[in-house]
Amino acid sequence: MLAPKAQPNTRFDHLLIAEMVTRGSRVLDVGCGDGSLLQLLADTKDVDGRGIEVARERVNACVARGLSVIQGDADRDLADYPDDAFDFAILSLTIQATRQPKAVLEQLLRIGRSAIVSFPNFGHWQVRTRLLLTGRMPVTENLPDAWHESPNAHLCTIKDFGDLCRLVNARVERAVAFNIWGQRLGTWIPLTVHNLLGEKAVFMLTRSWPH
Amino acid sequence: MADAQDFQASTDARVLEATTPSSDTFDVGADRPLRLDCDKILSPYRIAYKTYGQLNADKSNAILVAHALTMDQYVASHHPVTGKPGWWEIMVGPGKPIDTDRFFVICPNVLGGCMGSTGPASINPHTAKPWGLDFPVITIGDMVDAQVPLIDHLGIDELFCVIGGSMGGMQVLEWTARHGDRVFAAVPIATAAWHSSQNIAFHEVGRQAVMADPNWAQGRYLELGSEPRNGLAVARMAAHITYLSEEALQQKFGRSLQDLAAKSFSFNADFQVESYLRHQGSTFVDRFDANSYLYITRAIDYFDLAAEHGDVLANAFKGTRTRFCVVSFTSDWLYPTRESREIVHALNAVAANVSFVEIESDKGHDAFLLDEPELFATVRGFLNAAAGKRGLRPAAGSR
Repeated sequence: MLAPKAQPNTRFDHLLIAEMVTRGSRVLDVGCGDGSLLQLLADTKDVDGRGIEVARERVNACVARGLSVIQGDADRDLADYPDDAFDFAILSLTIQATRQPKAVLEQLLRIGRSAIVSFPNFGHWQVRTRLLLTGRMPVTENLPDAWHESPNAHLCTIKDFGDLCRLVNARVERAVAFNIWGQRLGTWIPLTVHNLLGEKAVFMLTRSWPH
Repeated sequence: MADAQDFQASTDARVLEATTPSSDTFDVGADRPLRLDCDKILSPYRIAYKTYGQLNADKSNAILVAHALTMDQYVASHHPVTGKPGWWEIMVGPGKPIDTDRFFVICPNVLGGCMGSTGPASINPHTAKPWGLDFPVITIGDMVDAQVPLIDHLGIDELFCVIGGSMGGMQVLEWTARHGDRVFAAVPIATAAWHSSQNIAFHEVGRQAVMADPNWAQGRYLELGSEPRNGLAVARMAAHITYLSEEALQQKFGRSLQDLAAKSFSFNADFQVESYLRHQGSTFVDRFDANSYLYITRAIDYFDLAAEHGDVLANAFKGTRTRFCVVSFTSDWLYPTRESREIVHALNAVAANVSFVEIESDKGHDAFLLDEPELFATVRGFLNAAAGKRGLRPAAGSR
């Protein structure tokens, strides 16, 4: 039998996360949406995956397709899990929509041996030029909603997120930024340029303190 | 007169079912006495049950359906007293979410029930009279413990799944807490880990209505040939309101009058909702035993899974390997979503494998028995995924 493969339309940030996750590990996907990342990880990495999703209809669709997902939210429901409950705690394009990103990140580092966080980079040149030229909150492909309809409460840049990692004493194991074509920016490129050209970023973190 | 005869016929049929049920039965002999939570011993006792589908060769495809307060073993077949279809035929049957082409379904009548399992309406072997109030007060945990010998008798080491709504969900939770190593997957629906003060209050109203009926005769009505019909009907009417929602009642009945052009200025059932409730009450007493109602409501009142585990609900599930799917309904005010969420939090605290779905419905608590496509999709999806993990083959001819 052929091993199940990622579909051709799989999101590039999901493919990177799938690269970072070790085979057969225990994974929590916080803000798992329609469950496509969990499904990808189950199919390609044989993980024991769980999800949390705030939108009821998405949760129901996930469970109906056989994924272990609960209705809940990152701000409220991470506190229940014991330390090191998962090998990887993933927050995929969700941290900007949480009420308390710092507290959520700390919980993520507590319940996962590794945390993987991806987010839209508010420092991207398109965002900067929109704001500069129009004087209005930028609406881009990556940030499609008007400010008053957006679920995003705490947008940040790659540099900002790096600062938050230092603030919570997280160790950055890996950081990758993608340009608008979904290409990974080379690690040799300086951070300032990442912050300008990266549309999305994925960070893999571990905690630098013992439990 | 015709009414009186009908009443006699249904009562006879019901009393007969309590003592000689038309379903399968398993008699648990003196070799397996049941130590109840009240510390009394029950022995011997009988569990009446129905099964559907075929047990596979390695006995790994069994699903136990745990029934709610006033249900019974006739989950997917006609009721012997009322002649009505099974109470969950929408969920259980060939090609249904609980697919009897694939799974072997067991539905036992609970201990304390009145459809053939040992309860206050069955004959006390020590006195040769109906148990009545001599029957010991039982708990949800006792109901579950009483089902274990049946599972042994059927040769099943591990149930593929235990599923149930309302009090059935409480049994699901007790199955996982007391016999978790024998439960691969669990689906507690529209339930809670403890019965709230408001819910105990409603039960008490029902019990007082039964006991205030002179025909109850201190619980000895079966011996005396009487029946606390009025009391039990009122109990059912009050309880039935809690199974619906304000929205559902308003939508279904509003302030409409029943076969009347104008108010009658009397205490007849002018309003459709009154007529509906009276009908619910009178049909219920045809098929249910008043003492069973007392005992089973009491068992639910006593249910508090956290209290059984040092006041920490998570302790009930420590080390569990069971896969859970918890389901609640938005308009259920008897077991509201927050109580399901408590179960989910406790399961998360032990890093259990848990799914949790809240289904939008205006049908109230009863939604779990009704046509709720999201419930069916959830149960089907969860069972399919769990069956895959358990290595069960899909039903022949299914997708």
